[in-house]
Amino acid sequence: MIETLVVPLVKIAVLLVGILTAVAYLVLLERKVQAWVQVRLGPMRVGPHGLLQPVADVIKLIIKEDITPARADRWVYTLAPIIVLVPALVVFAVIPFGPETNVFGIRMPLHVADINVGLLYIVSIASLGIYGTILGGWASNSKYPLLASLRASAQLVSYEVAVTMTLVSMILMAGSLSMVEIVESQQARGLWFVFAQPLAFFIYFVGGLAETNRAPFDLPEAEQELTGGFHTEYSGIRFALFFLAEYANMIVIAAVATTLFFGGWLRPFPSVAALGLLDIVPGWIWFLLKTFVLLYVFLWVRATLPRYRYDQLMRLGWKVLIPLAIANVIVTAIAVVVL
Amino acid sequence: MTDPHPVTATRTPVQFDTDELVINMGPQHPSTHGVLRLILRLDGERVVDADVVIGYLHRGIEKLSESRDWTQIVLLTDRMDYVAAATNNLGYCETVEKLMGLEVPRRAQYIRTVLAELQRLASHLVWLGTHAMDIGAVTVFLYCLRERELVLDLFEEYCGARLTYNSMRVGGLPADLPVGWDRKVREFCDIVDQKIVDYEQLLTQNRIWLERTRDIGVISGADAIAMGFCGPPLRASGVMRDVRKDEPYAAYEEFAFDIPVGAAGDTYDRYLVRLEEFKQSTRIIRQALDGMPEGPVMGKVPRLIKPPAGETYHAIESPKGEIGFFIASDGKSLSPYRFRVRPPSFCNLQVLPKLVRGHLVADVVALIGTIDIVLGEVDR
Repeated sequence: MIETLVVPLVKIAVLLVGILTAVAYLVLLERKVQAWVQVRLGPMRVGPHGLLQPVADVIKLIIKEDITPARADRWVYTLAPIIVLVPALVVFAVIPFGPETNVFGIRMPLHVADINVGLLYIVSIASLGIYGTILGGWASNSKYPLLASLRASAQLVSYEVAVTMTLVSMILMAGSLSMVEIVESQQARGLWFVFAQPLAFFIYFVGGLAETNRAPFDLPEAEQELTGGFHTEYSGIRFALFFLAEYANMIVIAAVATTLFFGGWLRPFPSVAALGLLDIVPGWIWFLLKTFVLLYVFLWVRATLPRYRYDQLMRLGWKVLIPLAIANVIVTAIAVVVL
Repeated sequence: MTDPHPVTATRTPVQFDTDELVINMGPQHPSTHGVLRLILRLDGERVVDADVVIGYLHRGIEKLSESRDWTQIVLLTDRMDYVAAATNNLGYCETVEKLMGLEVPRRAQYIRTVLAELQRLASHLVWLGTHAMDIGAVTVFLYCLRERELVLDLFEEYCGARLTYNSMRVGGLPADLPVGWDRKVREFCDIVDQKIVDYEQLLTQNRIWLERTRDIGVISGADAIAMGFCGPPLRASGVMRDVRKDEPYAAYEEFAFDIPVGAAGDTYDRYLVRLEEFKQSTRIIRQALDGMPEGPVMGKVPRLIKPPAGETYHAIESPKGEIGFFIASDGKSLSPYRFRVRPPSFCNLQVLPKLVRGHLVADVVALIGTIDIVLGEVDR
C-alpha cells in the first residue's frame, strides 16, 4: 500500500512543487544573470536582492485581469496554455534525480517512474507542447500571434528531428531507452557520454535552445518583430502558464542533457578512484548542480548573441544539424558494432 | 541590371488579395523607434510592399519658428532630432550667421566642433544600441547607453541640460568651457576607443550578426543619390559625400580625418561605416582640444538679432546625414519669414519601402534600425 500508492504520490507532489519553485527562481536567475552581464543590478526591491520577486510576480499575474479577445476561439484559447504546460511537467516523471536512496527509512529510487522506454516517452510527450503553441496563436485570431505560431510550428518540428537523432546515437551507446539504465551504463564504462559524443551533445544543445524558443532561436516570441509572439493576446494567469512552460522546458532539456551526457547523478570522473572523496556528496546534488550549470549556459547565450532570422534558422536546422546528426548516428552505430 | 522594383511616384492602390496579409506595424510597435507606422503587405513572411505613415509626432516646428524670435528658435531645433540636439543647434546658428554675415570667434568654432563630434558619438551610440537590440543583441544596447551617459554628463557640465541642450547661440556660444572639462573629454575619448573594441568583438565577426546584416537592404550608389539618401547610409553605398569635407563648416577644415566609405551598400556596410566614424570623431575631438585657441566665445552680435532681407540655405553633417536649413528673412520682423528644414531622417526614411521589398519581416526592423531615424526629426 505504502510502496505502491503513497510513495509515488508524495514523490509527484514534491516534484511538482519543486519544479514550479525552480521555474519561478529560474526566471529570477535569468533576470539577475542578464542584468549582471549588462552591468545592471536586476530586481532589487522585493526582498533582499530581489529574492522575493518571483512571489510578487506570481501574485501580480494571478490577480491581473484575464482577457479573452472578443473574436478569439474561446475553447481553444483557454485550452492552449494548458496543453503547453502539462507535457512540460509530465516528462519529469522519468528523470532520475539520483540513485536508490534512503529517505526517512524507506529505500527508494529518486524518480517517479522508470519505464523501459523512458527516452521515447520524453520525446513523444514533450512534442505535444507544440500543439499548445500553434493553437494559442491561431485561437487568438490576431495577425502577429498567427505569424508567430506558424514560425513556432516550423521551428519546433524541424529541430525535433535533429534532437531525436542525437538521442538515437545515445541509445546506441547505452543500449537502452531507460533513463536509469543510461546512467548506469555510463557508470559501468566510467565515462560521461559527453566525452565520447561531443558532437551529439553540441547538436542536442543547439536543438534544445531552438526547441525551447531560447535566444538565439527565440523567433516565435521575437519581441522586437512580433511584439511578444504567439502569446501576445494572453494576459494574467494564462500568460503565466506559457511562461512557466517555457522555463519548465528549459529545465527538462538541461536535466535530460545531464542524464544522457553528463552522467546523471554520477560524480565527475566516475572511474578515477582517487576522487572517491567526492562520493560524500549525494547523487542528487551532483545532478542538480550539473543541471544548474547547463541552465546558466542557456541564460549566458541569451545575453550574448543576436537572433537568427526565420529562414536562416530553418537552413541551419535542415542543412547543417540534421545531416550532422544522421552522420553521427551512422558513425556511432558502426563504432558500437566494431568495438 | 534592371531594378526589379522600379520606384514609381504613384502609390499602388491597396488590393484585397486573399494571398497577401496586410499587417500594421506601429505606431506603438516596440522597434519602430518612436511612432513610425508601417503598413506591410506580406506574402507569407516576405514583404511585398510597405507603406510608411508618418506624422504622429508632428509639432509644427517649422511654422512655430515663424512666430518666435531668432534666439528662441535654437531651442525648437533641440526638439527635432532630440538624440543629436547640438548638431541641430549648430546648423541653425550657422545658417543665421550666414544670413547676417556674422563672424564667429575661432575658439567658439573649435568648441562647436567638439560639441558636434561628441554629439555624433552620442547619437551613434544610441543607433548602435537600438540597432543591435532590434536584431536581438540586447546586451550591446545597455553597453552603448552606458557610454552615452558619459556624453550626457559632459553636456550637462557644459550647458546644464542632458537632452535638449540649447547649447549654441547665434554668433557664438552661451558660455566658455568649464575648468577641467577638456581633460574629462579626453578621458571619455579614451573610454570610447576601448569600448568600440568590445562592441566589435560582440558583433563584427559574429556569425549571426553577419548573416542578419550582409546583403540586407542593398542599395546602389546611383539609386541612393537618386532617392536622396544622405549621411552614413549614403557613404556605405560607396558615395563619397560628407558635408564636413565637401563644404567645411565650424572648424572642420583645420583637422585631419578620414571619411569611411562602404562598397556593398548593405546593412553590414552601414554598420561598419558608422563604427569607423566613432574612431574618426574621437580623432577630431583630440585635435580640436590640442589646438584649442584662446579668446572670446561670443562674436560681435547686435542686441536685437534681425537679419537683413534675403534668404539662404546652409547644410551641415548631422550624425544622421545632411541637415539643411532654409531661412528667409523679410528684414523687418523679429522672426523668420519662412523657416524650412531638410531633415536627414525624413529623406532617408523615404528609401525604406525600397529597402524592405523582398525581405522578411525580421529584416524590416533591422532596416529601420540601419537607416537611423529619429521620428522627432521626421515629423518636426
